[in-house]
Parts: sequence; structure tokens; C-alpha cells
Amino acid sequence: MSNAGVLPQPASPVTFWQSTNGKKIVMAVTGCIMFLFVTGHMLGNLQIYDGPARLNAYGHLLHSLGEILWIIRGVMALTIILHFTATIQLALATNRARPVGYSRKESINSSYASRTMYWSGPIVLAFVIFHLLHFTVGAIHPHAQFVEGDVYGNVVAGFQVWYVSVWYIIAVSLLGLHLSHGISSMFQSVGLAHPRISPLLKFAANAIAAVIVLGYISIPISVLLGIVK
Amino acid sequence: MKLTLKIWRQKNVDAKGAFVRYPVDDVDPEMSMLECLDVLNETLILKGEEPVAFEHDCREGICGSCGFMINGEAHGPEKATTTCQLTMRHFKDGDELTLEPWRAKAFVFVKDLVVNRRAFDHIIEAGGYVSVSTGQAPDGNTILVGKEVADTSMDAAACIGCGACVAACPNASAALFTGAKITHLGTLPQGEPERERRALGMVAQMNAEEFGSCTNIGECSAACPKEIPLEVIANMNRDYVCASFRRRDDLPTPVTPGS
Ligand code: SF4
Ligand code: FES
Repeated sequence: MSNAGVLPQPASPVTFWQSTNGKKIVMAVTGCIMFLFVTGHMLGNLQIYDGPARLNAYGHLLHSLGEILWIIRGVMALTIILHFTATIQLALATNRARPVGYSRKESINSSYASRTMYWSGPIVLAFVIFHLLHFTVGAIHPHAQFVEGDVYGNVVAGFQVWYVSVWYIIAVSLLGLHLSHGISSMFQSVGLAHPRISPLLKFAANAIAAVIVLGYISIPISVLLGIVK
Repeated sequence: MKLTLKIWRQKNVDAKGAFVRYPVDDVDPEMSMLECLDVLNETLILKGEEPVAFEHDCREGICGSCGFMINGEAHGPEKATTTCQLTMRHFKDGDELTLEPWRAKAFVFVKDLVVNRRAFDHIIEAGGYVSVSTGQAPDGNTILVGKEVADTSMDAAACIGCGACVAACPNASAALFTGAKITHLGTLPQGEPERERRALGMVAQMNAEEFGSCTNIGECSAACPKEIPLEVIANMNRDYVCASFRRRDDLPTPVTPGS
């Protein structure tokens, strides 16, 4: 008599990348890199309040980095690809994990931001692509001339188009929503949690996300109000 | 008090299931949810109908057998309460309760409100043990365990394996359960020798069972009748990262879920 039906059958080993935990760790690390980038980018942008000379000099400085700039761009592209690939694969696995859904399901503890990560992420990605074409390449630049090197002029002209500004504000707000969960979630994913520190971290994540959103959207708002012109 | 129970009825995994409404007129507020089903089942049997299948054993909130979704919440609306300990006084006269089984691919459907949670057994088998030397019983104080460590371990050990965490998770992830088991044994000095293999083995089995991925949102912990904290998931992840690096050439093999 065969006992193949009752004895446990070995499957193949689960590698780091194949495991959901491993993918989440990759997402945490790439998320952290992108968070650092977003923070640095915001600090750079805020120099707009110091006038055209300062911002254009800053833009110049970045471009004069030459190869280093391309290395940074390469790292960022790889980071986005890894974060994105892991998301897609985890989302597919998650869909498979519950083939029959509930007729009724309450959310009792999770934040809105945490439940909408799968939505806020892709919208922010679409925005990043638009944003690069808008301000870096200059391919899409509605109602104004894109002047290579004149960062200040391009920003002001770009944001004077009201729907560009609105889209920017919405996308950055979604980024903030994404970060408000992501900043604390990445610590949990790599295994750093503490009963006393984790609640503080949650609070700090919300505060940092809010600061980032305010820092970014202050620019189109200032342009639309005519404070920066 | 009068209640209407809207219960998921399904003969077996291949049959088509549907909700059926049952009015229950003589509900005592001090009855538990399971006793309420007992009363309903008595009337169904008298009428010659098939009673509602549900799982239970201790009815004291300690065994982990019972559990289903009540109005969209695992184990119902009360915090830190299993289905068997949920008394009907928490509901109002005339309420309608929707009862649905845990839903996850890894929890194979059996009947009505019963699912097969053997996936959890496989995860336990993959690392839920410690090695002890045979021979004379060692002196109780040979290995000293700090109070904080003992508390962390005991809190995690409170997990009764009910499956509410998976049921409540929008991703059907078993991270809280697996994390609880890994924390329970891995934080103690007695569990140290197998710590790395345990993390790798249990995580591999959890993935082989096709549970979803954890998005750190915390529905599990809120639904857990034993209030297992989210930190256990971080503990699992930390052990997993370290073990994945140190034992990268020696990955344990999970068993296929069906077996
Ligand atoms: S962690 Fe909590 S909800 Fe999950 S199986 Fe254990 S006791 Fe049940
Ligand atoms: S029947 Fe044992 S926990 Fe509910």
C-alpha cells in the first residue's frame, strides 16, 4: 500500500526573494532610499525661496556632478524597479491567498494610509514619470517654453498652469499618505520594533510625512498666489 | 431576546454555498455565541434539517478550536474574546448577525463554518520545538531567564492557533501566528540552538502554504483573542534576515501544503 498520500511531500526550498518576508525587506530598504531621496529633493527645492540665482546655481551644481549624477539616477531607477516588482508580485500572491472574499468585512485597527498603499504607490509612480518629463527632460511643458538650465523659470512657468499645480498637489499628498505608513512600516519589515518606541515611530512617521507634503506643495501654492514669480 | 442569524451554509468544498437566515427567538443574553448556535441546531434537528457545523472544544477561550467571522469581525466585536467566550448580551434585541467561515486559500474549506487549519500545524512542525538533553531532569535554575525575556516569550506563547489573524488580515497573511511561534521559542535561551533554522523553516512553510504577505497594518493583532502584539512579526523578520544571511547555503525544505 502506498503511503504517498499521507506522508509529507518535500517541496522546493523558499529563497529570500521568493519569500514574502524577503520581498518586504527589499521593499523596506528601497523604500528607505526613496524616502531619503524625497527628503533631499525637498530641501533642494525649498531654495526657490532664496531667489532664481540660488536655485539655478543648485541645478547647475547637480548637473556638474557628471558621472556621479548618472550613478545616482541609476541607483534610483533600480530602486524603483525593485520596489515596484516586489509590490506586483506580493499583490498577486495576496490575491491568490484569498480566492473567496467575505460578504462583510470590517477594518477595526488599520489606518486608511496602510490600506491604500496599493493605490497611492502606482499613482505616485505615474506622477514621477510625468514630473521627469515635465521638469527634467522638458518634453511635456504645457503653455510655456522649457528653458534648459533655467530651473527657476521653468518651475514658475510650469506651476502657473493651474491644472499642473493641482495634479502636483494631489500626487504629493498621496506620496505623503504613502509615507505616513511606509516610514514606520519599513522598520517593522526589517525587524526593528519595540513596544515603547514603535508607537512613537508611528506618530513621527505621520509628522515627517506632513512636513514633506507641506514643504513640496508650498511651492506651487506660492507660485499660484504670486508670492514666487 | 430575538436574533436573526445569517449563516453561511455549504455542504463541502465542491458544493455551492449561500447565506441562510435563521430567526432565533429565545436567546438568553448570558448565552455564548456557540450556545446560541447549539439552540438553533436543536431546533434544526427537530425539524429534520442539517445542523450548522462549527468547530469548538474547550469553550473556555483556551484551545483555539472555535472561531468564525461575526458581522465582518473575526471572533466578533469584543476585544480579546474568542467566539466561545462571546456572550450574546453584547448584541441588541432584533440584531442580525452575519456568520461566515475564515476565508483563506491556506484554510481549506470543510463545511458551513468549519475550515481546515492544518497549514498552521505544518508551520509548527517546521520549527516549533526545542532540543532537550535526555537523562536526569536539570536543575530548575541552571539557565537563568530574565523577566523581560520571559514575559515576551510568555505573551507570544499565549497564541492558541485559532486563525483569526489570518481571517482578519486583508492579505490573508499568517505573519502574526508565525511570528508568535518564532518569538515564543526564539527569545528564550532554551530555543537559541534552533533559532536560525526555526525562522527559516517556519517562514518557508508559511510561504509554501500560500498565505498572503504582511503589510504591517495591524488588523491581525486587533482581532487576536490573545492580543498578540505586532512586535512578534518584527521578531520573525529580524530572525529571518539574520538567518537568511548566515544560512544562505542551507535553506530548509518546506512540505507541500496538500500533504
Ligand atoms: S496570533 Fe492570535 S489570532 Fe492568530 S492564531 Fe494566534 S491566537 Fe489566534
Ligand atoms: S472552543 Fe476552545 S477557544 Fe473557543
